[in-house]
Amino acid sequence: MTTVARFEVEFTRFLNAEGEATQELPPFALDPANLIPLYRAMQLTRAFDTKAIALQRTGKIGTFASALGQEAIGIGVASAMRKEDVLVPSYRDHAAQFVRGVTMTESLLYWGGDERGSNFAVPREDFPSCVPIGNQVCHAAGVAYAFKLRKEARVAACFLGDGATSKGDFYEALNFAAVWRAPLLVVINNNQWAISVPREHQTITPTLAQKAIAAGVEGVQVDGNDVIAVHDAARRAIDKARAGGGPTLIEAISYRLGDHTTADDATRYRDPDVVQQQWANEPIRRLRNHLARIGAWDQEKEERLQKECADQVAAAVDAYLAIPPPTAAAMFDHLYAELPTAMKEQFDAAQWFASHDGGSSHG
Amino acid sequence: MAELNLVEAINRAQAWEMDHDPSVVVLGEDVGVNGGVFRATVGLQERFGPERVIDTPLAETAIIGTAIGMAAMGLKPVAEIQFSGFIYPAMDHIWNHAGRLRNRTRGRLSCPLVVRSPCGAGIHAPEHHSESPEALFAHLPGVRVVIPSSPSRAYGLLLAAIRNPDPVIFLEPTRLYRLFKQEVADDGEALPLDVCFTLRAGSDVTLVSWGAMLNETQAAAEALAQEGIMAEVIDVATLKPLDMTTILESVTRTGRCVIVHEAMRTGGFGAEIAANLAEHGLYSLLAPVQRVTAWDVVVPLSRLEYQYLPSVERIVAAVMKTLEGA
Repeated sequence: MTTVARFEVEFTRFLNAEGEATQELPPFALDPANLIPLYRAMQLTRAFDTKAIALQRTGKIGTFASALGQEAIGIGVASAMRKEDVLVPSYRDHAAQFVRGVTMTESLLYWGGDERGSNFAVPREDFPSCVPIGNQVCHAAGVAYAFKLRKEARVAACFLGDGATSKGDFYEALNFAAVWRAPLLVVINNNQWAISVPREHQTITPTLAQKAIAAGVEGVQVDGNDVIAVHDAARRAIDKARAGGGPTLIEAISYRLGDHTTADDATRYRDPDVVQQQWANEPIRRLRNHLARIGAWDQEKEERLQKECADQVAAAVDAYLAIPPPTAAAMFDHLYAELPTAMKEQFDAAQWFASHDGGSSHG
Repeated sequence: MAELNLVEAINRAQAWEMDHDPSVVVLGEDVGVNGGVFRATVGLQERFGPERVIDTPLAETAIIGTAIGMAAMGLKPVAEIQFSGFIYPAMDHIWNHAGRLRNRTRGRLSCPLVVRSPCGAGIHAPEHHSESPEALFAHLPGVRVVIPSSPSRAYGLLLAAIRNPDPVIFLEPTRLYRLFKQEVADDGEALPLDVCFTLRAGSDVTLVSWGAMLNETQAAAEALAQEGIMAEVIDVATLKPLDMTTILESVTRTGRCVIVHEAMRTGGFGAEIAANLAEHGLYSLLAPVQRVTAWDVVVPLSRLEYQYLPSVERIVAAVMKTLEGA
């Protein structure tokens, strides 16, 4: 018998839960000026999440999926992308979207039930959030193929959860991207929970990163609560993809500190004490401790940042609340490039009932 | 002018558009070196290269899923699903994304995708190779559903589908692939989508059909003509969006309508046309609308497939029923 293939999966962490460097930091992380924007982005996302949940509780937006505890993943990855790259997000990726230039107002508009929230003013080619599990990995592989075909030095990056690694879409897309040597980065936000189903019921493999091996793709694992590790791995994967080296899978290990969404009650299926213990690993405190240790952060800066974030979120909420709902015509406006003649009658009827008092009573 | 059968016309339309629009790519299983299992893409890879004519790994979900990503980035993918019986894994992407991307981004992103797939029975194929799933797709908002019934219409409609800025499900009746030839100019002229084609004028009854069943429908019209019954024959061609104007105009004149399709009856697309006739044309009708369809059964294996496919006799009988008491 001969061994014909052998594999290993590397795990990387630079900062431990206390924010102490466990190994020499990568060059970008030696300059606090590179780390403070990441810290700021994480704080802003957390402030946004807190406010968005409050808005849902008071009926101002619909169901919302918070990124609580997983901020480092989206921010570490998106900060490694160039603006001409394309993000193909799942539905828990507003941390990354905000770094890309999607506004908090747009995000609130989306979760508030308005398609205009996905018409981003800035990352014009980024995909909207993908709600069906795992589909976006296929889309991202296609985006990456388009870049390769046109010889554009651009990269597609997508996110999925640990649950989505059970889907065929994930495997098929990794395989396609590998065969095509397409410039793709696939990032698993392993937050340990797919609604109520824990990571160990999803798969028995010791890592999710090794799911890449069957496709011939490099799979690495990082501490997803260490934004330095996430950013470093993403930057290397993106550089490799841009240079023609093909796709990479990054498993970022984190923990979903909140409910799956505002429609979920996680106390039904997991022990609040265990969740409480996981707060010790969360990414914001970790980076703050590091910054404080190297003399780049203090209480005054922290307070100023907290206020800045709160003000920014409040302004975004005000802007969102000031946007009037779309008219009934909006359902038809972008269904096709041009509304087919066959739909004119339905369009007129929808307009008529919407514009007449008592035309749209329900229940 | 060239004498082409339907599959050759499909091939020429793709070649024309790839030649004139560098954003067109073809992808699917065996579409490259092999030229497609029906030879619909034969010669394309030699001419346009393996990067534009892509032999994909064998996974329908990712063929359509990646094609959506390509389309959103401005390519015009023409994705082949080898048989429509294998299209269902891709339904997730067609329903949830292809038909919705424009709407959910307010036009910021779009999906100029063509999904080509053979459909229908009548070629003694194995299991899962003979279905007619058009009604499933016609139910979806944001997509078009097109089925050609002749080489020249296949050529012109496929060009229109590739040039269309929205997703088109283009179903090709396998029975017609090599059944007959027609003069096709191969001049890059597209036919209009979203309209029916009147293939034969008549004053007594309107026969509405699409795809391969137009064969039997036209044969029935010919047989009826021998009896002095003049049937108008309409090829729906684009099922979604449906051109009811042409159908209603005809039925208003004839007062009778028989809808013929190869797919099963219940929830079939004939029901949609019949319902539209009831809503908009009831007072023009001199007799109840008739449907001639496959039975509500699983498509049988080949020994029974001609018992499954609606026959000329069934169409004639349905027409006679509309003429009872006339």
